[in-house]
Amino acid sequence: MSDTLLDVRGISVFHGQLCAVDDVSFSLRRGEILAMIGANGAGKSTLLRTIAGLHHPSSGAVLFDGEDIAKLSPNRRVRLGISLVPEGRRLFSSMTLEENLQVGAYRANKGPFTIQRIYELFDWMPGRRRQSVWQLSGGEQQAVAIGRALVANPKVLLLDELSLGLAPIVIERIYALVPEIVAQGVSILIVEQDVAQGVAVADRVHCLLEGRTSLAGAPGDLTSDQIDHAYFGADVSHAGPDESATQ
Amino acid sequence: MIWLNVVIQGVLIGGFYALFACGLSLMFGVLKVINLAHGDIAVVAGYVAVFLTPHLHIPEVWSFLVVVPIFGLVGYVVQRTLIQKSIDRDPFTTLLVTFGLSVVIENLLLEIYSANGQSVNIGDLIAKSWHPASIIYVSYVSLGVLAVAVAVLGLLQLFLSRTGTGRLIRAVADDREAAQLSGANYRHIFGIAAAIAFATVALAGIAYGMMTQFAPTSGGVNLLFAFEAVVIGGIGSLWGTLIGGIALGVAQQFGAHFNPEYQILAGNVLFLVVLAIRPQGLFGRRTALA
Repeated sequence: MSDTLLDVRGISVFHGQLCAVDDVSFSLRRGEILAMIGANGAGKSTLLRTIAGLHHPSSGAVLFDGEDIAKLSPNRRVRLGISLVPEGRRLFSSMTLEENLQVGAYRANKGPFTIQRIYELFDWMPGRRRQSVWQLSGGEQQAVAIGRALVANPKVLLLDELSLGLAPIVIERIYALVPEIVAQGVSILIVEQDVAQGVAVADRVHCLLEGRTSLAGAPGDLTSDQIDHAYFGADVSHAGPDESATQ
Repeated sequence: MIWLNVVIQGVLIGGFYALFACGLSLMFGVLKVINLAHGDIAVVAGYVAVFLTPHLHIPEVWSFLVVVPIFGLVGYVVQRTLIQKSIDRDPFTTLLVTFGLSVVIENLLLEIYSANGQSVNIGDLIAKSWHPASIIYVSYVSLGVLAVAVAVLGLLQLFLSRTGTGRLIRAVADDREAAQLSGANYRHIFGIAAAIAFATVALAGIAYGMMTQFAPTSGGVNLLFAFEAVVIGGIGSLWGTLIGGIALGVAQQFGAHFNPEYQILAGNVLFLVVLAIRPQGLFGRRTALA
């Protein structure tokens, strides 16, 4: 069993004429947390959705456990151990909290995460399991979305913009769970617009700019200037102090 | 007493409308496909019951035991081949394809069986009725169809809410992509939904043949009533479809009471009033997840 779980090799993804992801390569090791950061429209979500099987790359390959998964549908990839928590949570709106988890568990792999285990992870859930999900707050909905992906017992969990539209305290609580998930042997690939959050939680950071890799490395080896530059493209480190001086 | 009779007759026919419409509602809710051949499939089931099952030495009354499962299977296959291919192109194609299917079915039936009316032979049961009061006659056949409709809708509701496969069907209806990300093979789920739709409408077609006569072109007008029942009740709610069917049936009977020409008109007026006042239907949901 090789150390690399997910190996993305030079993939390019187009939305019609637009090249959203341009020749991006990276790999994810077992038990690792990789944060994919970048501005709006940098291609992060497209990359994640491609790994989940919702988009198809025009070139390059995605290897999972050493196997090329290009031809597999999203549901087959779930069986292999790839689960995506989509941007905007995308819960089943006509269902209760528990039913959402049951859908996730229906075609699940064997593993540590059961609905019971999710209820232990989020102790507010059991009391509200019969509520419709649209009665839950944004943060609670995000927790249900994570639970729904976890009960499939993925080897790699893809998290797309967890923090979107949530209060800082709620984001903090959700990110506090990440180490617990990793402790169960799950690798995590996070897409984040919130750089600080991504850098804080990740073992390695991969920055995208307009579809291309602009920076990659361990957070400790990267300076904030480097990250700013990779994130925005322009050399903002000089503009910053001048601006503050004039105020 | 006259009015009570009008309501009773409306409820009886409403049960049939609901049985006819529930598959249409399911196909639209899950596949987002409006199956314009829905009514014609019911008519085909009627013809199969009248002309083909006698070869198997099955009395026509019991033909549904064979015809309904076969149509379920046909539904799955038609979905996985013809309809899925058109969904993959674009939503508009499904309208063209099912419309074309409807034309082909009607003309094939005309070619093979002529335009003569047919009915499913149920012996002297057709003339028997319950007579609780002076002017109220409740036909056993209509009562039986209403009971079957309620039972089918109830079982379908249980299936959708209590079983894993049922939940997946609802998940795909809510959000196809999210359902895929939860491990659902949406094409298979589409197939199951189509199988249920074809099976229930086949049952409705045979019930129609027991209550009255059908001809190759009977599908269209029943499809219209099914649409109205679904819209009045609210898309995505099975009990809503039953109430919608009953409301439509009662409205039609009221219209017919004043003048037989007003029967269909009264149903259409109710349909338009509901569309104007409550476009999501009586039991439809308007709330969406923020």
